[in-house]
Amino acid sequence: MTRAPRAVTIVGASLAGLNAAEALRREGFDGPVTLIGAENHLPYDRPPLSKQVLAGEWAPERVALTDPEELEEDGIEARLGVRATALDLDARELTLHSGETVAFDGLVIATGARCRTMPGTDQVGGVHVLRSLDDCLALRADLEAMPQRVVVVGAGFIGAEVAATARGRGLDVTMVEALPTPLSRVLGDEMGEVCAEVHRDHGVDLRTAVGVERISGDGRVERVTLSDGSTIDADVVVVGIGVIPNTEWLDGSGLEVDDGVMCDASCLAADRVAAAGDVARWPNALFGETMRVEHWDNAAQQGAHAARRLLDAAAGPFTPVPWFWSDQYDRKIQLAGRVRGDDEVRVVTGSVDERRFAAIYGRAGRIVGVLGFNRPRHVMRYRALIEQGASFDEALAAEF
Amino acid sequence: MRIVVDFDLCESNAVCMQIAPDIFEVRDDDFLYILNETPGEADRARVEECVQRCPKQAISIAED
Ligand SMILES: Cc1cc2nc3c(=O)[nH]c(=O)nc-3n(C[C@H](O)[C@H](O)[C@H](O)COP(=O)(O)OP(=O)(O)OC[C@H]3O[C@@H](n4cnc5c(N)ncnc54)[C@H](O)[C@@H]3O)c2cc1C
Ligand code: SF4
Repeated sequence: MTRAPRAVTIVGASLAGLNAAEALRREGFDGPVTLIGAENHLPYDRPPLSKQVLAGEWAPERVALTDPEELEEDGIEARLGVRATALDLDARELTLHSGETVAFDGLVIATGARCRTMPGTDQVGGVHVLRSLDDCLALRADLEAMPQRVVVVGAGFIGAEVAATARGRGLDVTMVEALPTPLSRVLGDEMGEVCAEVHRDHGVDLRTAVGVERISGDGRVERVTLSDGSTIDADVVVVGIGVIPNTEWLDGSGLEVDDGVMCDASCLAADRVAAAGDVARWPNALFGETMRVEHWDNAAQQGAHAARRLLDAAAGPFTPVPWFWSDQYDRKIQLAGRVRGDDEVRVVTGSVDERRFAAIYGRAGRIVGVLGFNRPRHVMRYRALIEQGASFDEALAAEF
Repeated sequence: MRIVVDFDLCESNAVCMQIAPDIFEVRDDDFLYILNETPGEADRARVEECVQRCPKQAISIAED
């Protein structure tokens, strides 16, 4: 019989980790809670890093999710600038990069993900990725220098937001996307095309169905060479080609890792070990699918769920309808559910031409997703239908 | 308990409305309206869930 932990160590001091820590206290857990984080910052919010902070509208301090006083009040110890490098489940011990070992009883794995990079660009100045506050401030400084041309590699959500923010600063932006239609795998061709049009309308030079061969320059980036042989002059390049879950430190621990830490339906990876956020993969019974979700809401919810699960097996399975938002120009784009490129899509309210609409996605007779352009109310209503397992016909007939 | 929303922070993503549609409503004008500023104690757990889940930390509870 497993028991509840007497102390909980959380590796990864960001959104999922902090929510786990806070949830432990909310649930009345009174043992020691320790957050171990590789960054030198207390937990902070990442979404503004491609939006308000990058735009220069917010001071960087505004992204803080907590402060030392609050942590102290909650009895949460934060060890910052500390990276875990190994996990020994038998000895119940963590190794830190300093070589120090620390014992743990309960563990939450919340090490998130890092950006995929373009090989061979480490030594080239002016080439950025965007994941951390430090990344954001470095990119912001480069944008403030009013570069002639910004090239964004990858038209996913992060790339799209960076393009929008850079256009908002009045900069020339070229965005390069390997797929024929941006976001087609997440939104389908039709809605991906709507996103593409939004960028073109805002003056982004969007190049699709073409890869990036090379990013080069003498010390600092000068040009981007595409797979069709053409080149684009560039003074700043932002690479947004997806993320990789931070699981290397779990190698040899015996935990199963397959594009994320494998958990059971309740987010447990081993006895008294749970995982949450961008790093966690688990079977979501609501969709009959094993998933890893890279969204804010999921990290917050799953962090809290992992904490509850450690305390009590009755916490049960974690079965959310994934949901996220993306702000680009004056559009608030939201997607809830699990959409595939070949799902049936129907606009249910508003008009695509006005860029203010909601569209729902159906598969095998069920509603599986909803996309909103400046339609938050509808997205939440349809999200509730997805949660209830409503049929596609029911959803089509619903009026909100 | 009285619900306070910082409308400078709120971005109308309607997370709160999904949890407590009888208390929060994002209308067609894209603004959030508080339908019931002083819900009873029976609603406390749901309101606290809204406070916790609001991505902007825009909601708080005043005890007066
Ligand atoms: C620029 C940007 C914009 C975004 N915008 C949106 C948005 O608009 N909407 C949305 O829904 N989502 C958005 N997201 C996604 C959202 O921020 C993430 O889903 C969320 O941050 C995941 O939280 P997490 O705690 O799981 O992981 P992370 O935030 O990645 O945190 C993991 C932490 O663990 C630390 N760590 C890693 N390895 C170790 C180790 N071995 N030892 C100790 N510490 C370690 C890392 O340094 C990091 O601090 C955005 C993300 C970014 C980067
Ligand atoms: S959840 Fe927060 S940001 Fe969203 S509508 Fe409610 S108060 Fe506003």
